[in-house]
Amino acid sequence: MQVTLKILRYDPNKDTKPHWETYQVESEPMDRVLDLLHKVKYFTDGTLAFRRSCGHGICGSDAMVINGRNRLACKALVKDLGPSITVEPIRGLPVEKDLVVDMDPFFAAYRAVKPYLINDEPPPERERLQSPEDRELFDASTKCILCAACTTSCPVFWVNGTYVGPAAIVQAHRFIFDSRDKGARERFQTLGASTGVWRCRTAYNCTEACPREIPVTQAIEEVKRAILFDKF
Amino acid sequence: MAHQHDVIVVGAGGSGLTSALYAAKGGADVAVVTKLYPTRSHTGAAQGGIGAALGNVEEDHWEWHMFDTIKGGDYLTDQDAAEIFAKEVIEAVIELEHMGLPFDRLPSGKIAQRRFGGHTKEYGKAAVHRAAHAADRTGHMILQTLYQQCVKHNITFYNEFHVLDLILEDGIAKGLVAYELATGEIHTFKSKAIVIASGGYGRAWKVTSNAYTLTGDLQAILYRKGLPLEDMEFYQFHPTGLFPLGILLTEGARGEGGILRNDSGERFMERYAPTIKDLAPRDMVSRAMYLEVREGRGVGPRKDHVLLDLTHLPPETIHKKLPDISEFAQIYLGVDPTKQLVPVMPTAHYAMGGIPTTLWGEVIADESNTIIPGLYAAGEVACVSLHGANRLGTNSLGDLVVFGRRAGTAAAKFAKSAEFYDLSPDVSGPSRERVERFRNQSGKESVASLRAALQQTMQDYASVFRTEELLAKGTEELKELFERYQHIGVQDKGERYNTELVEAIELGYLLEVSEATVHSALNRRESRGAHAREDYPDRDDKNWLKHTLVFKQEGGKVCFRYKPVVLGKFEPKARTY
Repeated sequence: MQVTLKILRYDPNKDTKPHWETYQVESEPMDRVLDLLHKVKYFTDGTLAFRRSCGHGICGSDAMVINGRNRLACKALVKDLGPSITVEPIRGLPVEKDLVVDMDPFFAAYRAVKPYLINDEPPPERERLQSPEDRELFDASTKCILCAACTTSCPVFWVNGTYVGPAAIVQAHRFIFDSRDKGARERFQTLGASTGVWRCRTAYNCTEACPREIPVTQAIEEVKRAILFDKF
Repeated sequence: MAHQHDVIVVGAGGSGLTSALYAAKGGADVAVVTKLYPTRSHTGAAQGGIGAALGNVEEDHWEWHMFDTIKGGDYLTDQDAAEIFAKEVIEAVIELEHMGLPFDRLPSGKIAQRRFGGHTKEYGKAAVHRAAHAADRTGHMILQTLYQQCVKHNITFYNEFHVLDLILEDGIAKGLVAYELATGEIHTFKSKAIVIASGGYGRAWKVTSNAYTLTGDLQAILYRKGLPLEDMEFYQFHPTGLFPLGILLTEGARGEGGILRNDSGERFMERYAPTIKDLAPRDMVSRAMYLEVREGRGVGPRKDHVLLDLTHLPPETIHKKLPDISEFAQIYLGVDPTKQLVPVMPTAHYAMGGIPTTLWGEVIADESNTIIPGLYAAGEVACVSLHGANRLGTNSLGDLVVFGRRAGTAAAKFAKSAEFYDLSPDVSGPSRERVERFRNQSGKESVASLRAALQQTMQDYASVFRTEELLAKGTEELKELFERYQHIGVQDKGERYNTELVEAIELGYLLEVSEATVHSALNRRESRGAHAREDYPDRDDKNWLKHTLVFKQEGGKVCFRYKPVVLGKFEPKARTY
């Protein structure tokens, strides 16, 4: 089938502002949007820039706005999108070129929540024990691939880039609810600040954007409650 | 721009991050140079588990793991490497848990373990629960956990930097040259020690489980300099690639009870490996699948694949223990594995061969183990040789942490007593010329079509089954492809995020590692592990119980030398399961 693919192009070295380019691409229903982008790059315009690596939704490189929604280009199939597809860079991060955005602010927010196990007690000789029930409490949060689909779908983040954003909160959740971690209070300094969880307006965009089906809004609410009721 | 660090690690996957952490622990100023953003590396795609004789589910011993690794490697495994590995991987898994890795748990609170191909108890009697896992995203959790520790320890990263050259002068590693994707700028790095941890080269084949970015960059850079690559003929095809895409479906699916079936629904692995059936090592299962198809027992309109049956497993097991692969089948094929059989066929997966190293990751330059001071390698890019002729499932993740730790530790120790060398003023000159040539020449060959031709060549002539005729054809076609590569043209002349230029450079690396692979495969006249020669169907220990070192001489001629296998307590025996 023939797909009309519209891509928002921008090269700051050449263009004063972003502009749409339209391509006709021959494709199969099971093609990924990533396949279409490759077809354009390989057979029409080699200057098209986008990130990708694993090609099956695990590495988190290719989050884009596809038909108005944040998705991974390698997990969005033509059959689900129809013959007319638009692709734009994710929003709220500076565009470097075409579909490539500057990820540094996103990773700075990630680092701000201390995304690592905090436990100063000397570890036992063997593994620390954890019940399957305790492990389950943070299972969904461990699926995060740091693709930024959630954070860049958040209307609060669009207007205020200092908000740590959903992805960083999910990472914090992953540790706060891990029975082995002792760092909740340290993280609450960042998460409880005016740029932390209270900025969330439960728009649910993040949950809908997550390609890993993490209940992101629920995780944010659980962190809010943990701070409010000082559970740790 | 010029930079300087005691230890530079190339690559930010499992072995790179482990090396960086251990080099930092050893007191070195460390930087990681990676062509991706961290956490994008392909360690994250590993699914099923990391094997270690923890004995959490049932009795297990490191000696059993050592034996399985050697037998799995068809006795080409160096037994000293296997011994170190089987012992140290236990401690390494415990360390990952202490770092915070969220392993699945048993009711006792201990790390959960599952069965995996080729891992047995009592030296082959039955399958054993050895693979410690976090659902079917164990690699993802390892990569995330290691990166978290790098954040904690404030390791420096140069993201989206492509290595163009290693600076080796007077037989000493002095630094490297890299291309910054964001700006097109060429950077020079001075170092006391370098750890190469840049992964494999599955993109040489048309059907692969590997990321687009796995193009053998550092193997090729060393090979072009006349340094050897070891055992390149041994390349693993993972049996269960989602057909026809090649996306990995973990062996853990069979570890949980999944069964391979042919067109009549027969569990055909019973005929090939009566004891452990579907949990036979990957080389044997891949060959069995090819034979089933060849003998007309494949399924589908073209009878060109087989089926993975999970429908008899409780849906709860599939949802809890295999969520990601279920989603892959659902998204990419529209198949629900709780109700339908999943089409599968072998997919190019893992290089057993690579840059030869000592047990401490020191890169060696020849068959007498001459060390290149300051140069280390670990993980898939390296060949210590742990995996021999065929790697067992889960042993790649174990390899990353065990030999990543060793390489990082050794590099830091070396850096302590080493000096920075002054680099000649135009040390980046050849790299700059190469980049400018690609940018400016208006060749008629496109990167995409030439790469597709290479991938087809490798698929046709250097796949699961090989013959002299096929491989000789492969070498001829590669010659032509090298010639065509001289006439590559790129449309993008810009400096900013010029990914087309980078892909042209990567294609050059792919050609080199393909050449090393095909020539090594043509040279080895026996069948062993993943190298199956139909014209030489038997293993020949008398002539071929030795490692291949392949060299590219000046003028481009490919030649071979050999290194003995380190034998030990396990005598080579016929390999049956």
